[in-house]
Amino acid sequence: MSEVLTPVNPVEPFLRAERMPHIWCPGCGIGTTVNSFARALIESKVDLDRVAIVSGIGCTGRVAGYLKLDSFHTTHGRAIPFATGLKLANPALQVVVYSGDGDLFAIGGNHLIHAARRNIDLKVICVNNLIYAMTGGQTAPTTPGAAITTTAPYGVYEPAFNLPALAEAAGASYVARWTTFHVRQMARSMQEVFAKKGFCFIEVLSPCPTLYQRRNKMGDGLDAMKFYKEHSRTRNGAPTGEVGLTRDGEIVVGKFVDRDRPEFRDLMRDRFTHQLGDRYVDDAEMAEHPHCGGEDGA
Amino acid sequence: MEADPRGVLTGVHFIDGDHACCEGALAAGARFAAGYPITPSTEVVERFASRIPTIGGTFIQMEDELASSIAILGAVWGGAKAFTVTSGPGFSLMMEHIGYAAMTETPCVFVNVQRGGPSTGLPTLPAQADMMQARWGSHGDYEIIALCPNSPQECFDLMIEAFNFSEQYRTPVMFMMDEVVGHMTEKVVIPAPDRIRLYPRRHTRKAPGELNLYEPEEDLVPAMAHAGEGYRFHVTGLTHDERGYPAMNARAQDRLIGRLQEKIRRAAESLALFEEEAVEEADVVVISYGITSRVAQRAIDMARESGLRVGKFRLKTVWPFPDAHIRRLAAGARALVVPELNRGQIVREVERAAAGAARVVGVPHAGGSVHRPERILEAIREAAA
Amino acid sequence: MSLTEIRIAGFGGQGVILAAQVVGKAACIYQDGYATMTQSFGPEARGGSSSAQVVIASEPVLYPYVTRPDVLVVMSQEAYTRFTPELKDGGMLLVEEDMVRLSQPHSNLKVYGVPATRLAEELGKRMVLNIVMVGFFGAITGLLPQEALRQAVADSVPAAFRELNLRAFEKGYEYGLQKGLENTEDVRLLPLHSFDE
Repeated sequence: MSEVLTPVNPVEPFLRAERMPHIWCPGCGIGTTVNSFARALIESKVDLDRVAIVSGIGCTGRVAGYLKLDSFHTTHGRAIPFATGLKLANPALQVVVYSGDGDLFAIGGNHLIHAARRNIDLKVICVNNLIYAMTGGQTAPTTPGAAITTTAPYGVYEPAFNLPALAEAAGASYVARWTTFHVRQMARSMQEVFAKKGFCFIEVLSPCPTLYQRRNKMGDGLDAMKFYKEHSRTRNGAPTGEVGLTRDGEIVVGKFVDRDRPEFRDLMRDRFTHQLGDRYVDDAEMAEHPHCGGEDGA
Repeated sequence: MEADPRGVLTGVHFIDGDHACCEGALAAGARFAAGYPITPSTEVVERFASRIPTIGGTFIQMEDELASSIAILGAVWGGAKAFTVTSGPGFSLMMEHIGYAAMTETPCVFVNVQRGGPSTGLPTLPAQADMMQARWGSHGDYEIIALCPNSPQECFDLMIEAFNFSEQYRTPVMFMMDEVVGHMTEKVVIPAPDRIRLYPRRHTRKAPGELNLYEPEEDLVPAMAHAGEGYRFHVTGLTHDERGYPAMNARAQDRLIGRLQEKIRRAAESLALFEEEAVEEADVVVISYGITSRVAQRAIDMARESGLRVGKFRLKTVWPFPDAHIRRLAAGARALVVPELNRGQIVREVERAAAGAARVVGVPHAGGSVHRPERILEAIREAAA
Repeated sequence: MSLTEIRIAGFGGQGVILAAQVVGKAACIYQDGYATMTQSFGPEARGGSSSAQVVIASEPVLYPYVTRPDVLVVMSQEAYTRFTPELKDGGMLLVEEDMVRLSQPHSNLKVYGVPATRLAEELGKRMVLNIVMVGFFGAITGLLPQEALRQAVADSVPAAFRELNLRAFEKGYEYGLQKGLENTEDVRLLPLHSFDE
């Protein structure tokens, strides 16, 4: 953890200082993920003017608002289709979707699997706190069995999604999972996906001390770190079918999938070129949207 | 600015309203469309999908209408002009993003080729029953612009206006067609690109670091920037201040919502597109829109043949509602007759605007077909009596 | 041309809509007039009933629907039964004579028959019967110049089938010219099958 506590916080240049303090609770893991993300931005040397962050709704949905990048706080569940439009209109952008498990896998689940199927070049970071936190601790599609939530006061009995397995099955090119204990590994994965073309998915298990830990008598944020440390096992390349999470069991972390599938725009270009030859106009090669008008204005 | 020639199919065509709508969008510079198949609107995006690869741009068939309706908003912030197309059930699914577009002041066009509803209703048959949904469908308080074409030619012409209004006022514009207009084939004349005037994107002239993304200009409309230009701006559907940052309090809400409404309300007169004929000397004025205006024409002709003094007022702009014009008509005529393919939507607006100055007679119809002209004629006679 | 209401009807797959489109296109694009075409399909894409209405005029058409057609072109028995009663007194009824048997003499109408399917088959493709019908329609009604219709046909079909369709058009047109002449004296003397009693 010492990296996080270096005298100059590496995150600072990436934050909208005027928006501090943030809304996240003490012990919440989202800030830690942002820290790793900032580190990845530095290490990957991406042009920050060309990075756009798209979030949905929820605690993690607020990440977009704190990062000093072009950022979009969209509607609940729809960060991915918004990002899809953004990326297609401006292929030069690095588009990062940064949102929570409920946003991306419940209300937005359909969009996630279709974006993965298309293998569109989006970097999806899913902060999984196992719960609906912003709304007060309701069951999420990720909440493990027997955990107590406000809408499952006697314990959750419906099965949870295994996010890496779902992302891989739907077609993601890159799938990794870390916890907020694994700040360096997480940052490395985040850095890697900037160089990876296609649909990339990183799950970060992150504590919600206020609504998950406390209600399930699992202690505070620090206890969560201990839990992650003791229960996680790194298994790079592990079959994603084997990495499902339980309330108290092992947490398999690592990079599970890193494969090459043709990306959406390449598929589109290939198909149109095949069918239309020279008649195909690839707008990625055109000057940026001359049809829109703009500075030379009204 | 003039239209980009690559999108303009100059010439005389014999095409239906759906196809003409697509050509209007292309002529207006739309280079991104997202859609989900739904009768009777799908031909618009089918044509777009076939045309756009040789023009330069993208069509993507999304997994549902929620996705389509926000993919276009992403595309706009990426620098494109964009629209989506749907009908009844799909329009219902898009409501949240109409609100998001209004709140974030994202210029875009939503096309609704209306069919019978509610629910699955009559997929292949006409109605005009989404007129109030177009106005009020998303939650919260906002103003909207809605245009209503009555021919394929107008599907082309008004689609350009729709894009122009959306750019000028930075608001989503509802393009309210109906099944008959969508599937009716007529002559459509597409002019040369230099005869098509487009309102350019209101892009800021400020440098990065100087821009407050939601600082309004004189007409209450802010200039925007696109992602990737170095502005590092923030866009949110939360109530926000002029910097675009969330501002969770009543004052910020009042300021923002007030401005979003006022920017359109104060432009109501220049937004009011309409066609009128012989209204000054009329005892009865028939007020209609979309396909019903053409059915009403037959009734008006029949009434005139029988010696009645009947005027015609056709709404091309339905929202904002042209109150001032309706007041003028109500002051001159004895009665206003309002046929529409719903059980009484716009007639209520006419009643409100007329405020008792003239009798208002609705001619409701649940949809599935158009009115029999005789039914409208009866209402005209009754109103004239 | 004064405002003329035309209905073309048959069953799905006969190319009813395309035939109507050609007529509308000829009026709008190659004749500087106006046309409005509306259509209705049966529930099945093929084999169900199919009908298209075209209103052509030299001024923009306001009321878009056909109520009392001046011309009715029918290519199926069902279409004949269903739509003939709508025809205007003195209107023209054009029938695909192998597909339609008249149920009664129509003394108030001008009736013309053409074996469009057979003529199309002679050209090797049954599918061009609709264009044979368009040619026949052009010759019999004289509503639109032959050249305008010809261009509209050329413009409405895929390039690979252009020649075939143009031949179909000419064939129907020629047949129509002959029939038109033959039938000017007594339109009731049809070269059709016996009337149903």
